[in-house]
Amino acid sequence: MKITSLSLGALGALVVYIALRLSKGFALASIADVYILFMIAALLIYIPAGDKGKKGSLLVLGTLIFFILLELVRPLIPRSLLNVYNFFILVTVLLYFTSKDEGARDLMAPIKATLVGSENRTFRTALFAVVPLFAALITFNIVRPSYEAPGDTRSIHPAPPSSVNVFNKSYNLLTLKNPLRDDAANYAKYVKEGGEVYFKNCFYCHGDKLDGKGHYYHGVNPKPLPFMGTDTIAQLSESFVFWRVATGGPGLPKEGAPWLSAMPIWEHFLTEEEVWKVSMFIYDYSGNKPRTF
Amino acid sequence: MGSFLKRRFIKRQAVVTAFIFTLLLFVPILSHLIASAPDTINASAAFAAEKKEAVESPAAKKEEKSKVEYPPAPKLKEKDYPRIKSMNSRISVWILAQIHLFFAAFVLAVPIFVLVIEGVGKATGDERYDHMAHEFIKVSMTAFSLTATSGGILVFMLIAFYPDFMKYLASVFGSVMIIYAMLFLAESIFLYIYYYGWDNMRYGFRKWVHLTLGLMLNVSGMTIMVLGNSLATFMMAPSGVDASGVFTGHVWEAIRGPLWNALNLHRFIANIAYGGSVVGAYAAYKFLSAKSKEERAHYDWMGYTANIIAISALLPLPFAGYWLTAEIYAYSQTMGITLMGGAFAWLFITQAVLIGALFLSANYYLWCGMERIKGSERYTKYVKYIAAVIVICFLVWFTPHSLIKTPIEEKAIGTHHSLLGPLGLMPAKNSAVNIMILFTFLSFTLYKRSSKITTAAWAKSGVAAEIAIFAVGIVNIIALGIYSYMVTSNIKVGMSVPQVFTTLSIIIAISIIESRMFKNAKSTGDIEWGKMPARSQYALLLLAVSFTWLMGLMGYVRSAIRQHWHVNSIMRDSSPDAFTPTIGYAANVVSISTILFMLLVIFVFWLAQFAAKKQEA
Repeated sequence: MKITSLSLGALGALVVYIALRLSKGFALASIADVYILFMIAALLIYIPAGDKGKKGSLLVLGTLIFFILLELVRPLIPRSLLNVYNFFILVTVLLYFTSKDEGARDLMAPIKATLVGSENRTFRTALFAVVPLFAALITFNIVRPSYEAPGDTRSIHPAPPSSVNVFNKSYNLLTLKNPLRDDAANYAKYVKEGGEVYFKNCFYCHGDKLDGKGHYYHGVNPKPLPFMGTDTIAQLSESFVFWRVATGGPGLPKEGAPWLSAMPIWEHFLTEEEVWKVSMFIYDYSGNKPRTF
Repeated sequence: MGSFLKRRFIKRQAVVTAFIFTLLLFVPILSHLIASAPDTINASAAFAAEKKEAVESPAAKKEEKSKVEYPPAPKLKEKDYPRIKSMNSRISVWILAQIHLFFAAFVLAVPIFVLVIEGVGKATGDERYDHMAHEFIKVSMTAFSLTATSGGILVFMLIAFYPDFMKYLASVFGSVMIIYAMLFLAESIFLYIYYYGWDNMRYGFRKWVHLTLGLMLNVSGMTIMVLGNSLATFMMAPSGVDASGVFTGHVWEAIRGPLWNALNLHRFIANIAYGGSVVGAYAAYKFLSAKSKEERAHYDWMGYTANIIAISALLPLPFAGYWLTAEIYAYSQTMGITLMGGAFAWLFITQAVLIGALFLSANYYLWCGMERIKGSERYTKYVKYIAAVIVICFLVWFTPHSLIKTPIEEKAIGTHHSLLGPLGLMPAKNSAVNIMILFTFLSFTLYKRSSKITTAAWAKSGVAAEIAIFAVGIVNIIALGIYSYMVTSNIKVGMSVPQVFTTLSIIIAISIIESRMFKNAKSTGDIEWGKMPARSQYALLLLAVSFTWLMGLMGYVRSAIRQHWHVNSIMRDSSPDAFTPTIGYAANVVSISTILFMLLVIFVFWLAQFAAKKQEA
């Protein structure tokens, strides 16, 4: 058996990947760990094949480099997404290696030799015993009851209803506009007053930088929404913001389940005009404009 | 004699041209019929007049006849819906409508590219094209009767389960329904003469008649599609009726709703891609079961052509999809957010995964195809870079904006991931899909080049120009994508237009340079048709299955976006089985429809093979 530098590299990459997984509470309890099983099985076949297993080792190494890079991304990528990323990376690498006959042959030959070759009986028996056992362990850990809360599938921006009853009036959310925006002469005044409303009521959760990291940031779940950046309020029309502020967490529709938001029903504490002013302030401060289409 | 024949030929050409235009007159005549139909054919008028008939005088009746009153949409209760044994009305209609649409898309698409291929055969004089076109249409023949059968069962089910809804729909679209049925008859006549007359009208003047019949088959098929679409878009975004559903009397107003044209374009392009993928699957099936070298070569070529058709239509499809979604968003913010950010958003992520799988399998087929070309070694070294770019774009393409997180991950990340959050927005996705399209085009260009060596003196400059166009174009797409984050949402949506324009410009410019550069190219040897690994054929099969699944999934989303309405905001669905399914439930029903359809498709393939065999005496 000749161990090539490539197979050593693949083995090293696998060790690094397992170490990274260990640092994140790796417990053989995730679909992600099936990839580790896949890599171990592949290396068990390709490393003993020496030069004939070079393509296989390269495949494992190439895939693991992508896997490791993704594990290093910060803030961390949720496991649910990482599993899908890893799956398609593995599929693409496999497609690339098998797009040529020579590549497909090089990958398949060591597998065939291991599975049907007459000289590999003991190794084959061991492989057939160890791999299913390992798979059984992962399965057991996945289905074992745990105390961890399930993943959050909450829809952060649920669709608004077509109309809403607040401030003792009915508003058509499909056509509703901020009436104060038409008064361009007083724009700066409204924004300033909106800022005062914000710092008296909203900043405890949404933060003085509007980044969603106020005093109560650590105490609430789900976390308060940040307004900075281009992927929250910049995506929404002002009627949506009006609806969310006025009705708060309890006003979330069915698809906003499980309705854990700590957002109060602001129509109980603010006037209609104050809601519009605070909306103008958060758009102005974050450098965004409400969506009109 | 020669000049006489020439004159006679010109005369015949003139007759054929006149014939084509006469037949094309069908379209405006039908449009006129539809527009004026409410006065003459209208079911609602009948039942509105029926109630008054007993009490009114003949004079008043005459006056009433000229002034038609239309009823509002009925407000139904659960008891208004018939219960039929233990059948679930929603699931039954859902599955059947889906299977009908799968077949309908297939049989509408195949004649389009069959006509084009037949035309290419006529123009080039290469009979192989004619044979292939004939074989393509043969596959669709059984599918045509299955389309009609499933459509018939669907209509009966709709009447049995939703009689009041169908009555209301007929009160608005009665005339359209009748014309739809008549057009189906016309389509059948054109199709049968087109198919059974293929060998009889193979050469000379008769070939022109045959091509004309193919054109008419497509005209009737396309008109059927756009009329059918008008009912679907009316249910989503009603027009031509007031807030209580009272019909204004102008059926054209009801047809051309805000979503109609966007859906027409999207379905037209998607049908071609779908039809290409299904005949590609047929070719793969025949390739894998081929006994002789010649057969393998023929079906390899057929599969290659089908793949090109499917991919050519797949490339512009995302843009048509954007237009449709933008129209939905513009029509109703609630619908738009439910679609892209709310209850249905995860189905779009599934859609993105399936579209990525389509791109991967189409590229894989091209990469494998290089193996059958001598001289392809010059280009196969680039495949790894293309694969890397496509997979990176693919990952961006399906990254969701709202992530599924465990509580520990939620603590570490917050509500929005600072890196992945922006990737979940359209600017990133638009950039990714444009680049994915361009690199698929690159795979195709390298494939086409593999068998040729240019002899043009300016080849080096040509390649340099191509690289420059490609690189500058991609930089432009990325720059526009980044800039989109800095502007308001209105401009952001519009920014996809210059991105698409860049992509199309690159494709057109490089195609022109390539065609000039390889005009008198040296060949590296014949393409060895049939020298394809079996695994490449599974990529073709995957393409057809993915397309079917995708159509089922997105078809469900388009229809279910109405949620608890038969006709959005006008007629409520109060039937006992009405509910908006969870994503898993919907995915299961769509998967069952896909499996049922694929089983029927296997039957169609088998039948085509079965019919070709002669029993030995």
